[in-house]
Parts: sequence; structure tokens; C-alpha cells
Amino acid sequence: MEDAIVLKYQVIDGEFQRAGEVSSDVKHKLKQLGVPADIVRKVAIAMYEGEVNMVIHANGGEITVEITPEQIRMILADVGPGIPDVEKAMQAGYSTASDATRNLGFGAGMGLPNMKKNTDSMDIETKLGEGTTITMVVRL
Amino acid sequence: MTLREAAKIIEAEVLVGEDKLDQEIGSICGSDMMSEVLAFTKDQSVLLTGLCNTQVLRTADMLDLICLIFIRDKKPTPEMLEMAEDDGRVVMTTHFGMFSACGKLYAAGAGAGCM
Repeated sequence: MEDAIVLKYQVIDGEFQRAGEVSSDVKHKLKQLGVPADIVRKVAIAMYEGEVNMVIHANGGEITVEITPEQIRMILADVGPGIPDVEKAMQAGYSTASDATRNLGFGAGMGLPNMKKNTDSMDIETKLGEGTTITMVVRL
Repeated sequence: MTLREAAKIIEAEVLVGEDKLDQEIGSICGSDMMSEVLAFTKDQSVLLTGLCNTQVLRTADMLDLICLIFIRDKKPTPEMLEMAEDDGRVVMTTHFGMFSACGKLYAAGAGAGCM
């Protein structure tokens, strides 16, 4: 991947106020690179949902973004509790979030479906007690 | 409908972006759940919300919303207003609740964004 631009970020556990900083930075970098607005929007929405999930469910983690002329690949890796039932988690409206999370405007069971809707491919690797890695691709 | 007209209809106080009120509104969305806003909001949108934290600003950033309207006189912190100013967004607050504020704007002909 000679032409790839690679961005790496740490997502900090429990820092709800700061959730979204990574997505915001990536969004502005993509804009600067001249990526079309509709693509930037898709990446921003998918990444932001994923980043918020990492903060509210998974003790933070690492986000890697690879930008090539063909696609934008986002890898969100956490060492959180894992997802017990991925199929259920993908259903719109299904949520395991606490009331405290809901009071903050999230936890409506829309996160993962939103991520899938805004990407060309989404792959979830998860192991209970070890963590989850979500890889999403948006083609240019 | 412009932001200026919307502000007048719901008797809103403009907290940030007084110079950007002539923008035309594409659609309006009323919700406290940011994931719903992220799922359904269209371009040039305005969000009415009772949620008042930094994630509202982040959501607005991701979607390039043109204006945030906080209901029931809720006022963002100075840090939040600074974020909005940096992003070039308009921020207002209205004394009306969600139902009344949305109802007044809808009755005046504003298009619905999500719900």
C-alpha cells in the first residue's frame, strides 16, 4: 500500500466528553485531502458511532484509518468485554446501554446498524472477555 | 425558511452566529437521541434538542448541521459555545418545549428532517 496515508489514534476510556474527537479529526483531514463530501459524511457517521461505542462499552481502544485512492478503511480495536450476540447487536433498537448512557443521548440501539448502513463493508471480530475489532471500508 | 425566520417563530435567543441567520433551512429534526439524528438527518439541517452536552456539538460537526436549537431555555456551557463558533455553527435557545417548538415551525411550513 504505497499510496496509503495511515492515521492512528488512542480512544480514552470513560472520557465521554471527549468521545468523537478522533472522528472529528479524521473528518477534517479527509476534507483537507479533497475527499467528496458524501464520502466524508459516511466515514464521519460510522466512525463516530464506533468511537462512542468504544467509550461507553469497551474501555477505550485504538483506531487506525488507512486512506488510499481507492478506499478508506477504519479499524476500531478495543480490549473490552466483547459482544455476546452480534446478530442481536446488529438489530436496530437492540441495546445493552445503561440509563446513564441513554441520558447522554446514546444507547438507542442504532449504533452498529448506522455503521453498517454508512459503509460498503463491515466486519466484526469479537471474543468475550478479550475485545472487539471492527473493520469498516468505504470505497471512494 | 431562513434561520432568522425560524428564530422569530419560536422566540429564540441567538447565542452564536448572529451573522449567519440568512441561511436557508433544508430540514428540521427534533430529537434527544444522537444516534437517531445520525441515522436520519439530511443536508442543511437544524436540530432541536433537549440534550445539552458536547456530543450534540460533535453530532452537529459530523453531519455539518447549520444550527442547533436548545429547547426549554437550556444554555450550553461557554466551552460548547466556543466549539460551535469555531465550527461556524449557529446556536439558539428557546423557552418553548420540544412539542411546541416543533409544532410552531412545522405549522409555519418548515420541512421535517427526521422526527
